[in-house]
Order: sequence, then C-alpha cells, then structure tokens
Amino acid sequence: MVEPDHHRFDTRALHAGQRPDPTTGSRAVPIHQTTSYVFDSVDHAAGLFNLEVSGHLYSRISNPTVAVLEERLASLEGGVGAVCTSSGQAALHLAVATILNAGDHVVASRNIYGGSHNLLNLTMPRFGITTTFVDPRDPDAFSAAIRPETRLVFAETLGNPGIEVLDVAAIAEVAHAHGLPLAVDSTFATPYLMRPIEHGADIVIHSVTKFLGGHGVAIGGVVVDGGRFDWAAGGKFPTLSEPYDGYHGITFTEEFGTAALSMRARAEGLRDFGGCMSPANAFYLLQGVETLPLRMARHVDNTHRVVEMLDAHDAVSWISHPSHPSHPDHELAARLYPNGAGAILSFGVHGGREAGRRFIEAVGLASHLANVGDAKTLVIHPGSTTHQQMSADDLAAAGIGEELIRLSVGLEDPDDICDDLSRALRASQKA
Amino acid sequence: MRFDVDGRSVHAATGAVPVDGTDATARPLVLLLHGAGMDRTVWSQQTRWLAHHDARAVAVDLPGHGRSDGPPLGSIAELAAWVAAVAEALGGPVHVVGHSMGAFIGLEAAAHHADSVASLVLMGLGAAMPVHPDLQAAADADDPLAADLMAGWMHGPDQKFGVNPTPGMTMTGTSRAVIETSPDGVLGLDLAMCAAYDGAADAAAAVTCPTTLVLGRLDRMTPRRAAQPIVDVLAHAMVVELATAGHAPMMEEPDVVRSALADHLARA
Repeated sequence: MVEPDHHRFDTRALHAGQRPDPTTGSRAVPIHQTTSYVFDSVDHAAGLFNLEVSGHLYSRISNPTVAVLEERLASLEGGVGAVCTSSGQAALHLAVATILNAGDHVVASRNIYGGSHNLLNLTMPRFGITTTFVDPRDPDAFSAAIRPETRLVFAETLGNPGIEVLDVAAIAEVAHAHGLPLAVDSTFATPYLMRPIEHGADIVIHSVTKFLGGHGVAIGGVVVDGGRFDWAAGGKFPTLSEPYDGYHGITFTEEFGTAALSMRARAEGLRDFGGCMSPANAFYLLQGVETLPLRMARHVDNTHRVVEMLDAHDAVSWISHPSHPSHPDHELAARLYPNGAGAILSFGVHGGREAGRRFIEAVGLASHLANVGDAKTLVIHPGSTTHQQMSADDLAAAGIGEELIRLSVGLEDPDDICDDLSRALRASQKA
Repeated sequence: MRFDVDGRSVHAATGAVPVDGTDATARPLVLLLHGAGMDRTVWSQQTRWLAHHDARAVAVDLPGHGRSDGPPLGSIAELAAWVAAVAEALGGPVHVVGHSMGAFIGLEAAAHHADSVASLVLMGLGAAMPVHPDLQAAADADDPLAADLMAGWMHGPDQKFGVNPTPGMTMTGTSRAVIETSPDGVLGLDLAMCAAYDGAADAAAAVTCPTTLVLGRLDRMTPRRAAQPIVDVLAHAMVVELATAGHAPMMEEPDVVRSALADHLARA
C-alpha cells in the first residue's frame, strides 16, 4: 500500500508554511515588521478588500510572518487553516464571537483555565452568551446540558489544573449528535502529544505562549479550524451560513466551504475585534515550534521522573497526573496519549495551605510565577493566583483544593528538578 | 445559490452576486466544474473575482457532491449531458472551466453538446486519467487514506512546505478536508469514472469552441506529457504552462489562472 506523500510531523514543525525567501534567500522566517502592503493596482486593492483575491493588505488582518505560524500550526494539528491571535484568551474569544450570537449558549467543561472560566461565566453573559459548566468526564452531562439555543461545546483536552483527560471522541459524538461543534483548548497537550481533530474535534485552540512557544518570551494564541464540521446544516450558525453585509452579501459556507470558519474569523474577527498577533511575537513563537517534538519528549520524560519522586515523598499527600495509576483517567490517557499526557501536574502537600506556602517559598530552581509550558520548571498555587476569581464552590467543583500546587515541569536536568522539589518539600513540613 | 436541473436541486457558489437565468446582460456566463471527490470551493480563488469582473460565475457542486442533491452520475457522458441541462437552466450557453474530472466533462460537453458550450478552459487533465489501484481501493472503501493520498499528490512539490496564497490556510489540509467530507462512495465512483473514460482525445478533436489549457509542469496525477495528445488535436487552443504548479493550478497559482481566465474570456 502506498503512503501519503506528506512531510512527517517533525519535519513539518520545522518547515510547514515556509520556503526560503525568494528575494533574499533568507532561510529563517523573516520578521515582516510592516503594517501594510503596497497594492498592485486599484483593482487589486478592491479585490483584496472584497475577498475576491487573497493576499496581505493590513497586518491586523494578516501578516506574512504570522501566516507562517498559522499555516504551520494548522498543518501540525491536521486542520484546514488557523488564525493567530494576540493571546490564548483572544483565541477563545475569537472562536466564540465568530460562531455565537446574543441569546446563544455554550456547554463547557467545568475544569478549565480560570481565565477561560471567567470569560464564559462572567464576561460573555454581558453580551448575551451564557454557559453551563459540566463534569468533563461525563458525556451524559454534556448531553443533558445542551439546550435548543446551544451552539458550542467546549473543553480542555487536558484540564487545568487537575489534568482531567478529555475523551475527545466521546464528547465530539455528543456534540455532533446535537448538530454542534466541539472546540477544545489543547494548550497542555500540543499537537505532538495528541491531535484532537483526528479524534473528532472541530476547533482547536491554543495558548501558543505555552509549550508551542516553549520559552516564555511571547504571548500568543491560535484558533485552528478542523474544516470537517458542516456549518450550513441545520441553520444554527447564521454567521457562517447566511449572507453577511460586511462583504456585500457573502455567505462563508457557500464561498469557502470547509474553510468557512477560519475565513470569517479573520475577515470579521481580526478586522473588527482586532486581536491580532504581532509579527515579532510570531517569529519568537516559531522558534519554539521548530523544536516542539524534541522539547515535548524531554518535558514528558522529566515529568515521569518528577512523578516518581513525588510519589515516594512523605510530604506529598496526593499526586494528579495521568501517568500515575491513581489518576482517574490513567487508562484513557494511555490510549489517547501514547507519548505521554503532558508536563503539567498537581499535587497536595501535607499541612494544607500553610505547608503549600512554605513549599512555594522554598523552591530555588523552580520559578514561582503565573505561566506554564516554559522551558524552565514553574510552580504556582492556583487557589491564590490563576483561579482566585473563582468562588469557593466553583473551586471545589473544579477540584482545586487550598493545598494544591501546580507544577509545570521544565527541561532542566531531571535530577536537579527533583533535588529542588525534594528540598522544598522537606522545608514545607517544618512549621 | 440553488437552482433545479432534472428535478434535482443544484448548489453553486456565485461570488454572492445573484445569477438570474433571465439576465440579458452581455456578461459571460461561466460554469466552473470541480474534479473527483471535490466541490465548488476549489474555485474560491476565481468565483468571487469573476463575479466582480464582468462575468456571471457559477461554481457548481456536481450531482451528489457538496450540497447538491444526489445521486452522483455514473459517467462522463451523463455529466456532459447534465452540463447541457445546467446551461439551459441558466439561460446558457456557458463558458466551461473544468478541473481534472471537470475538464473531462467540459471536453465531452463541448464535443457532444456544442450548442451549450461557448468556450472551454481546462486544467489538470491528460488524454487518460489512470488511477493508482491503492487510491481506488481506499476510495471504494471510504477510507480517509484516499483523501490523504490525493491531497499529497494533487499539489506541486512546493506544497509539501506550504505557503498558501490565502494567509493562514494549508492547501493540502484543505484539499484533504474537502475530499474527506464528500459523501460516502462519491470519490470511488468519480475515480472509477475518470479511469474508464477513454473519449478525451476524440472529444478534443471534435471541439470547435475557443479553448485554453492551463497545465502544471509538476502535475503528478496527470503529468504534463499526458496532456500532449489533447494539445496536439486542439490546434486552436491557447496553452498556459505553469512551471511550478501541480494538478490544481487554480489553487496553487490563483493569480495566473485568473489572468488566463480574463484573457480567455476576452477572446472567446
């Protein structure tokens, strides 16, 4: 049997979306630090503005450096296209605002990043879009929460911070049975560890800031369009399947078919909301994507070492990582994530909140900050930082106890990471 | 846009410019025909541009493809007769722009339904279109491998790297999704129909309307040399050769194809 003639994943991480610059021969992706682009003619300009021809016209809408990152991420995820944004939060907002209207409803996992929870729970209701939060491990709960006005199902492939493993195919089946798309935030997984579109997801969102960028130097997000969802069936998605006055009556599903979502997200979303990625940030993030396969393999190896160390440590009350047999999704993770279920884990320290505080203050190599997916090991206490706007009830529902420490395992020598954590754990037990 | 042909609904993109069968303007009526397992959106770089540049553009979903009613038709000759019916429904004759299987349909329609076809623009074609047995087998089984194989073969080698003319899009990814989402059985039927069609050279010899051929020199599905018998008998045809394009010039070199269409319509 012949095989498809495509570059393989590791090669696409380095090359997809770019050929050496034809004018200068530049091998690296050039930073096109420009706001705008000279038109060939008045007709060419009019054609660009009217979506008759493609190309760059203004860097809020598209930019050659950003386009390389977009095409590369779309290729790695197996989508039809992608739209990069100024942050991961801007990506989630772009997806929601492109698909939904006032009066529409979202069914979302309750175990998601605090910022995403805020957007859906507190902010979008001001614009008439409401959300019901459900247990990500319960497909029936998603189904039961779907209403006639529901237009989107949303979850994280690896939850934050409990690393709940989403059964993407099961939730996609529920969504599709109701004529709805499944959007997933796959920031913790990256396409190296799991590609949600292959399991039935329709939209993949990333904070590119994290493992994709990998070095903690630039903020960015992306919406990857899977291209398989039929937006025209059922009449539920008028932004995509009805004429739009913004481009002289264009109907995105009719003109662009599988690319309808990404075309509208760019043509309307970036034009009007303006949450675009800067070309410099795209360049920085591309440097990370180039080594994604190498880094993720090391992140995962180091994580397994850290889990082993924590598991044996007397100061640790519990560990939550899918590689640990105690994790409720251990078997699912082994099936969906054969190369490892990421490098974020959480654990509890005997002694509760105070012991957790002493642990955080005692780490030396690990950095205490609000980020994950850096090359460097990071720790944080979500209850007082990333998830602090959540109520006590919401925190409890999301499984975020006061003693919970979230760890993003970096690329340092694993012995040094373990030594540092072990020292801090000992310190945490000294009242 | 939707209209009825033979009692079945046909779906088409028109660049959001309505096309009325009673339109008496002098704007040429351009009918764009996609290839095997594809749909109207392969022409998204041309349809809207034509519609806003003094043409009436109708990029159809062939029967049973995209959002047009089925069933799919089973031979190039049947599809050529369908084109004639479409031309009548639209108040034709039509300038047919065909890709791959759509090029075969255009040739057959121009040869056997000459009153319905004002001119031809054909791309991604050879005198014959043999289909790799593994591709045919995967398509017959509705195996996603078929979409993957076609997406890899239908574009020139540059597209292994990408750089889509449309920012942020991936050409192979889009082609794969279009084929993958085609209704079950359609791709296998289309490929078998292409492989079985042996009338291209005879049809080309019978064509009298203005014709333009747009040929990618790096076409791996219908190599440039496979088009030569067509070129030889279409003595009056204009031939546009693209040095770096593969089997889908309208996606890979959209600017050149738009220029070729403009030149063609100006002389047709």
